[in-house]
Formats: sequence, structure tokens, C-alpha cells
Amino acid sequence: MSEWWTYRPSDFLLFSPRTYYRLFELYNAEVWPGQLPALALGLLLWVALWQRRPWAPRAACVLLGAAWLWVAWAFHWQRFAGVNWAATWFAAAFAGQGLLLWLAALVPGGRIEAPARAHRLGLALLLLALLLPALGLLLGRPWQQAEVFGLAPDPTVLATFAVLLLLPHGGARARSLRGASTVWWLWPLPLLWAGITGMTLAAMHAAAAPLLPAAALVALALRLRQGVN
Amino acid sequence: MAPTRRVLLQRLALLMPTLRWAGDAAAQAAARVATRPIPSSGEPIPLVGLGSWITFNVGNDPRARDACADVMQAFFAAGGRMIDSSPMYGSSQSTIGHGLARLGPKAPLFSADKVWISSGARGPAQIETSRRLWGVPRFDLLQVHNLLGWEEHLPTLLAMKAAGRLRYVGVTTSEGRRHRELEAVLRSQPLDFVQLTYNPLDREAEQRLLPLAAERGVAVIANRPFREGALLQALQPHTLPAWAASELGCDGWAQFVLKFIVSHPAVTCTIPATTRVDHVRQNLGAALGPLPDAALRRRMAAHIAAL
Repeated sequence: MSEWWTYRPSDFLLFSPRTYYRLFELYNAEVWPGQLPALALGLLLWVALWQRRPWAPRAACVLLGAAWLWVAWAFHWQRFAGVNWAATWFAAAFAGQGLLLWLAALVPGGRIEAPARAHRLGLALLLLALLLPALGLLLGRPWQQAEVFGLAPDPTVLATFAVLLLLPHGGARARSLRGASTVWWLWPLPLLWAGITGMTLAAMHAAAAPLLPAAALVALALRLRQGVN
Repeated sequence: MAPTRRVLLQRLALLMPTLRWAGDAAAQAAARVATRPIPSSGEPIPLVGLGSWITFNVGNDPRARDACADVMQAFFAAGGRMIDSSPMYGSSQSTIGHGLARLGPKAPLFSADKVWISSGARGPAQIETSRRLWGVPRFDLLQVHNLLGWEEHLPTLLAMKAAGRLRYVGVTTSEGRRHRELEAVLRSQPLDFVQLTYNPLDREAEQRLLPLAAERGVAVIANRPFREGALLQALQPHTLPAWAASELGCDGWAQFVLKFIVSHPAVTCTIPATTRVDHVRQNLGAALGPLPDAALRRRMAAHIAAL
């Protein structure tokens, strides 16, 4: 791309806000009542993480892996790609992250060791991800256009940041596999999506544009403060 | 119970006067709309066309696709002909195809599309995909989008034209990018059309490209007439000057801007995009009535610059 410095994020916006939000409206109508089990599972996960259940990290990876794979296929590949050719790449990235999360579920981990502050923030972010449809209502979007955890990318990625804050750092086997603790391989794609969705929403002048990038930065900063071990 | 063939034919016969009226109305409107000849052929083309960037990228939403078809119907009924799209514009091509299928084969379409792929070898396959999405037997105009791989694509397009599978060949840029390279292509290649950004605020093309296009006998399509709507939004709070209505017959800022653009002698047409029927009619209205002369154009540009 020549003269790349002359391009703005809005130059890559191929669709109008009306088309983008209508995409969610049609998607929600087609997958109804899938929103109910998705939110119920998210709520169960929140309770398990709150109570620091020993099986919660592995369950979180399994559930989030399934959510990323579903979003890859049902949202990006089947629907978003209709208005954005880049969504085929998003679908591949989301599928990759889904598989990584399932791989993380296979690696022997440990109990949730997050300090109290990180634990509280992780639970708050997960709650925010589950309540994102309510935030949409507050911002003036009709409930039919709600972005629901497990079905839409942004709440799914937000929930992933929450879980990444709470995941244990990984055992010896994880280190021998990757040379670093388990959770670090799970960060790049959610961070990338936070940047992409932030720029997309900013180009559409959406009030929610800073939400996911800000959540990503806060979660990353807190995790870095915890250190690798 | 499904209607019988006879019932279907009876219903179709009832519809015929409506369709014929629509065709007659379009023909009458076309007769009123101002045109400019394509220099390489002399074929007249209405001064205002229809773009599809963002506005027609509505995916599989049936309601939105029908709304776009309504815009196309109003566009043709008001005397419009040129619709412009690109493989880069998401689902816009299939939306146009949906509209054309609904309107039938008699729509007075001038189809303008683009090839947008870096590999020259993959250009023909992309063009064929685009043609199928539009549902047309052939394109009237194919342009190399944003000069991407123009060295490889132009021979393909020129060969298609020589074989009768294409009527016109062009290249495009937007937002003032790559003007130096565009100038070199204009000087060296046998083009029918060039597409570039031109409006009362983006006037760099006046310096070299528009005079060169006129000198070389190349038609000019002005894109981004409203800067994707931002220009009209900025003008909206201001009152249209009284002389714009009395001297030019403008009924709003959109016609003011469009009349400024198409009154440049080197500009052949402009391609505003919209999702609204009332706006497409208003846009076509810019091709009716008087156009400003050089003195009035200076006054129009100065007025907008002063706001």
C-alpha cells in the first residue's frame, strides 16, 4: 500500500454503523434462543471463578474455546464476512484462539492464585462481558442488536481478558512445552482484536469504542504486575 | 394452492402498464437530464451517477437490499445511468445485482466496476466473479482500482475491449493519493476513463490532472463528491445562499456541491452514493437546470471556503 501514512482507520471502514448493528439484529434473531444458554453458562463460570473452584480454570478454557470457535464460524465466517472481506482472516484468528484455549485446558494447571485485586477485577470484567447487552441499551441500541457473550466477538474477548487475569500461571509441563507460562500464548489474539474493534467502533463514532481496548490494557497491566510467576 | 400459469400470466398482464409507464417515465427523465459525451466514443452520459461505497454494502439483509433496489429504481426513473462499484466494497456488487434483477433487463444501466487485486493473473477471475454478482452480460467500464497492479491489469482490460467484451477502460484513485503516478498513466496509456476525487474542497486535480484528461480525451468520473457525507454535514447548519436557488435552481447543499463539480469542463460525471430515495432524486436534480459558468464557480468555491 503506497502512501500508507495518508490512510486513516475510517478509510478501512467498509460499512455503515446501521449495517453493522443490523448484522447483530439479524444474527440474534437467527440464533435465538441460543443467547439464553450462552449467558447461563457465562454466569455459572462467573460463580465458579468467584468461588475459586479448582476445576474453574480448565472449565473456563473449554467454554471460552468453544465460544471463540463459534464466533469464528457463526459470526465472522458466516455473517461479518458478507460486509467485510477481512472477516475471513478474523474467522481464522478466532478459530486459532479457540484451539489454543482448548490446548490450555489440556495443560495441567493449578488453582486460581490471583491476588485479591486481580481476582476482583477479573470477576468485574467477566460480569461486564455478561452485562454488555445492558450497556448497549444504555447507549441507545435496541435490545435486538445486543452483543451477547459467547455469540458476539467483543463480549467474548472481554470475558477472555477476565479469565486470563485469573488463570494460574501454568505448571512445569507448560513451561517445557512453550518455554513460558501457559497464559502468555493466549494474550496476543485477544489484544489484537481489542485494537481492531476499538478502531472499527471509533471510526463509527461509537461511544463504546474505548471499552475493549481499555479493558485489555488494564488486564494486561495487572497481569504484568503479577509477573510470570 | 399455487396459482396456475394462466393466473400468473393474467397478473403479469395487469402489471405491464405499470412497467411500461416506469420505462416511459425514465425515458422522459433521461431526456431532461444533462449529459456530457465520453470523449473516446461521443456516447452521452448523465452528469450524475450512483456510487455504492459503504451505502450498498448491506450483506444479506433483505430489508436493506430492497431499500438499495428502491434507490436504484429511483435513480433510473430520474434519468440516471452510471452505477459504480468495486470488489473492494464488500457486498455492494451483489446488492446491485439484486436491484438489477428486480428492475429487469430494461434498466438503462451503464455498469462501471473495477478490478482490485495485486496479481494480474487473478484479475480475469475476479472480473468474472464481479460480472456474475452484477448479473450483467458484460461491463460497460472496468477500471483498475486505486492503480493496484495497473501494469498487469491494463493489458487484460484493453484485450477485453478489443475482443468486444468490454466497452471502456479506466483507472481510479481517491482522496488525492498517487496523483503523480496517475498523471504518468494518463500520459502513457490509452484510457477512456479516469476516476479521481474532486469536490469544492478537494481541488488538487484542477492543477494538472483535469487539464491533462481534457487534452488526452479521457472522461473523468469525480468520486467522493460529499467526502462521504462529511462535507454536507459541515454545510448543513448554514443557509444556502439565495443566489444558488435563483441563478442555479439549487434546492439544497447537495445540488450546490454537485453542480460545482460537474460544471468543470473536464469532468464527465460524478458518483454520489446514498441509501435514500429522496437523496438520489435530489442528486439527479443537479443535472437539471443551469450550470455555473467560470465566474459563478469561483463564487461558489469562495462561499464554501468562507464558511
